[in-house]
Amino acid sequence: MFLINCPFCGEREQSEFKAGGEAHIVRPKQPTELSDDQWAEYLFMRKNIKGIQFERWNHIHGCRKWFNMVRDTSNDEIKAVYKMGEKPPVK
Amino acid sequence: MTKNLRVKSSKLVDETYRISFKFNGTTYYGFKGDTLASALLANNIHLVGRSFKYHRPRGIMTAGSEEPNAIVQLHNGTSRTEPNVRATEIEIYEGLVATSQNCWPSVKFDIGGINNFLSPLLPAGFYYKTFMWPASFWEKYEYFIRKSAGLGKSPDVPDPDIYEHKYIHCDVLVIGAGISGLIAAKTSAKSGFKTLLVEEKSYLGGSTIYQDSEFFKINNQNSASWLEKEINEVKKIENLEIKTRTSVAAFHGYNFLLARENLTDHLPLEQRENKTRQRLLKIRAKKVITATGSIERPLIFDNNDRPGILLSSAIKKYADLFGVACGEKNILFTNNDSVYETAISLIQKGIKVQAIIDNREEIDSKLIKETEKNNIKIYKGYTIVDTFGYKRINSVSIMKLSKDGQKVIGSKENISCDSLGISGGWTPAVHLFTQSGGKLKFRDDDQVFIPNTYPSNQISIGSCNGDFTLDEILINTPKLLKEFLNIKKTEYENIEIYSAFNKSKRNIWLLPSNKIVGKTKSFVDFQNDATAKDIKLALREGFRSIEHVKRYTTTGMGTDQGKLGNMHALGIISETASSKMGELGTTTFRPPYTPLTFGTIVGRNVGKYFDIIRKTPIHEWHVENKAEFENVGQWKRAWYYPQNGENMHEAVQRESKAARDSAGILDASTLGKIDIQGTDASEFLNRVYTNAWSKLEIGKCRYGLMLNEDGMVYDDGVTTRLDENHYIMTTTTGGAATVLGKLEDYLQTEWPELDVYLTSVTDHYATISVCGPNSKKIIQKVIPEIDLSDKDFPHMSFKNSKIGNVKCRVMRISFTGEQCYEINIQANYAKSVWENCMEAGKDFNITPYGTETMHLLRAEKGFIIAGQDTDATMTPIDLQMDWIVSKKKFDFIGKRSLYRSDTIREDRKQLVGLITDNPEEILEEGAQIVADMNKKPIEMLGHVTSSYFSPNLKKSIALGVVKGGKNMMGQKLIIPMEKKQINVTVTDPVFLDKENKRLNA
Repeated sequence: MFLINCPFCGEREQSEFKAGGEAHIVRPKQPTELSDDQWAEYLFMRKNIKGIQFERWNHIHGCRKWFNMVRDTSNDEIKAVYKMGEKPPVK
Repeated sequence: MTKNLRVKSSKLVDETYRISFKFNGTTYYGFKGDTLASALLANNIHLVGRSFKYHRPRGIMTAGSEEPNAIVQLHNGTSRTEPNVRATEIEIYEGLVATSQNCWPSVKFDIGGINNFLSPLLPAGFYYKTFMWPASFWEKYEYFIRKSAGLGKSPDVPDPDIYEHKYIHCDVLVIGAGISGLIAAKTSAKSGFKTLLVEEKSYLGGSTIYQDSEFFKINNQNSASWLEKEINEVKKIENLEIKTRTSVAAFHGYNFLLARENLTDHLPLEQRENKTRQRLLKIRAKKVITATGSIERPLIFDNNDRPGILLSSAIKKYADLFGVACGEKNILFTNNDSVYETAISLIQKGIKVQAIIDNREEIDSKLIKETEKNNIKIYKGYTIVDTFGYKRINSVSIMKLSKDGQKVIGSKENISCDSLGISGGWTPAVHLFTQSGGKLKFRDDDQVFIPNTYPSNQISIGSCNGDFTLDEILINTPKLLKEFLNIKKTEYENIEIYSAFNKSKRNIWLLPSNKIVGKTKSFVDFQNDATAKDIKLALREGFRSIEHVKRYTTTGMGTDQGKLGNMHALGIISETASSKMGELGTTTFRPPYTPLTFGTIVGRNVGKYFDIIRKTPIHEWHVENKAEFENVGQWKRAWYYPQNGENMHEAVQRESKAARDSAGILDASTLGKIDIQGTDASEFLNRVYTNAWSKLEIGKCRYGLMLNEDGMVYDDGVTTRLDENHYIMTTTTGGAATVLGKLEDYLQTEWPELDVYLTSVTDHYATISVCGPNSKKIIQKVIPEIDLSDKDFPHMSFKNSKIGNVKCRVMRISFTGEQCYEINIQANYAKSVWENCMEAGKDFNITPYGTETMHLLRAEKGFIIAGQDTDATMTPIDLQMDWIVSKKKFDFIGKRSLYRSDTIREDRKQLVGLITDNPEEILEEGAQIVADMNKKPIEMLGHVTSSYFSPNLKKSIALGVVKGGKNMMGQKLIIPMEKKQINVTVTDPVFLDKENKRLNA
């Protein structure tokens, strides 16, 4: 079970958090102008990487804040956490 | 034949304290400190069980948690019977009752033993191969297979014992209190780290604590004496907590571990009353030191499973720790120096060693010399090719090994015995290390897997790290600790060590025999009866991956998870397939390390503590008025209020009629309530609901549908504009938390520029809903100051008011289709306001109604329940609710998805009303809907989602989803049931008051 360093609260047990899928997928500003395929790309397509993955997490049983995480899915190492809107600190 | 095989005094057993226990119906005696296994052995009992597949007689093989054979059923009343208890671990107590498993009628005469003679017909994969066809026979086969499957019997009544969970946080966790674990715990605690030391057994010191001879010395003292002094010091250290009888079950990522602390299983029964039996420790450690030791390997030869055959280390342990001789004529069989330690122990205690058979040809060590001095014959370069004796070993056949170890040569020689100790070297117990994600490497010198890379802040030390001898442990452990704990010095720098152990080993995974492999029974997995022959068969049949061979042969799949034989399985595969051990890898080590009871896993979360129960502030009133309750998520909601012995149908019919004829009252407090404030609140609602919100006047309410981004209906509810920048949103009872979560998600991640704040106020306000033609009169009596005239307070509007001095919000909204008022009031006043309403409504036959009536009333009106009439595949268009989808709004969540090629299909399932030809016939919710019964396969058009008998319309009504249903108005459809067909007509889903006369009355 991870020990997650919430950018607002500090280190907490994983059981306080909820995973929210891939990060840095921006909702299209003008969905009506997209083709079915383009909209489907936004709606359904997600990466499932073995290695460095950018993820959204929510401290649902804590401050309720969403934030981003960089995690190596091959060994579960959390490389970094950062607030929404911030650039990832590692590539 | 009972004999007393107790020898000289021992380390662990208190011979002044006698304990009686029962095994298979006979009473025996042991001493305080005995395990069930040691007490049975002292009574000369080896045969304790039957093997799983062939029902071969099996005896105690080990003295620890790795035991494959000696697993018994414990009886302690019917509710406390426990299967698969390892006799080698359970400490005896007065009144213990145990029986053998997997045998009938008895362990001595077991009918299933016939499987042993049928074994040529029961190869690996027997079940897969035999019961494949004809497929229709499976049900018949299954009955017999199930009967022969499984070990032991589970209790069939609830577990009466108390279990609990406990969180522990520490700087350093040390697993295992053998010599290396003790050194680590002492060093860590003395360096200022808050340290926890856990040990599976009841005592500290591991195997060194009984390594009591002049051949193993530390600072010129026998190693056991030196360690005893260490233990005494360790026990006094303040910031070191020691937990014995505590077994680590799982080592997860980020140094999170689960351990089971056994608190009462060793106590006499009368001392267990009202005590916690076991505790699941949830440990989060900054650093973990694994010192789990190693497990002795058996040797794989023909008939290596007879009762009386034990690991050599177990024989030594039973003699040294418990003062028990496993036999009077012992033979030891080895490929390394370990058995000579056993031999010397036995000699010291006056137990006879008949002979030693050593695979190694040219060997020389001080231990061997000492053994030879005692006139014990050592057969060097020999191997055992067979053993004899059905319920107890009585002799062995030995032959000389060829130079390359591939075959046996010369003639056979027989030696009689009543006990055989075997040693194939040692396997580091890397189970926990690999569970944590650690990667192993293979050390070719002595053919062991040892830790290579660590995924978290941890190290392995001692023999689980491949340091087997006293000198290796005492030289390497302090070095590793210094680096790991980042300290300058340990107490163990200039220690003098003397070890007579010679590390040479002749590793042969499958020992050769004078018979062909197909004729031998050389057991690799003792519990599951997997033999070397089975593994070779699997390879011949094309299996290559170790994971596949494991599942095909069931090697390592017993309750012991193959702690003894897995390495040999790998070895045999590698030799047969000519692949390298290191490249083969190992099977996956999964938690728990030793089995856990369900009680320990569940802890206190049983019975009424199973889950949180949420009650409304009016709950007590419902209880007092005999409501039946329904679970809605974690909420208890009043379901219906039966009177004078009514059943549910009768109560609901009465409640529904009263609500439409005069007045009904509902506790709607469970509806989710979200307070929305901020200058962009209106814009926010525009984006999350399908309809438009900007023009909603202050003091007005509006119904909204919320979609997922995929266009499917997610939740619905009424939102009220309290002020310019202040709304209160209601959600479904079940959706409250997820709706809030979803809204927060969008606010924080997609639209952080919006000035909006969300607060859950579900528990802060209670909601009392009064409906029916007389609702206005009742509310007027409860709140005299409020103007309820239709002109001033029309449907879908809201007013602030007061009941006495208490502020309340009154909304005129309706989920029943009747004129209806909802009072929202601070939760702690709710019960008295409810009682006010009941008092005020007395003259109008005000009738409390529950969720069932609420569902019926809304169905009459054709209102949907999100989650009942919808699933995650229904768009608002499918629900025939096009009117609520704004065409003008530029965007809202899910908008784009409403015209994807899939969502605009005409033949999607759409919500319709269904009227049965026979008005008395009530449809079953979930029933399939079809049009044509003759065309096979019959096409399923949809299903019934809601169905009731309407007392107000005096007929059966139902809602359902039907493919293309929108264009099927008036069409006849069929609901096929088990014994009949029900004919229905498709109608509009609104059955009552289409013109909304009642609402606005």
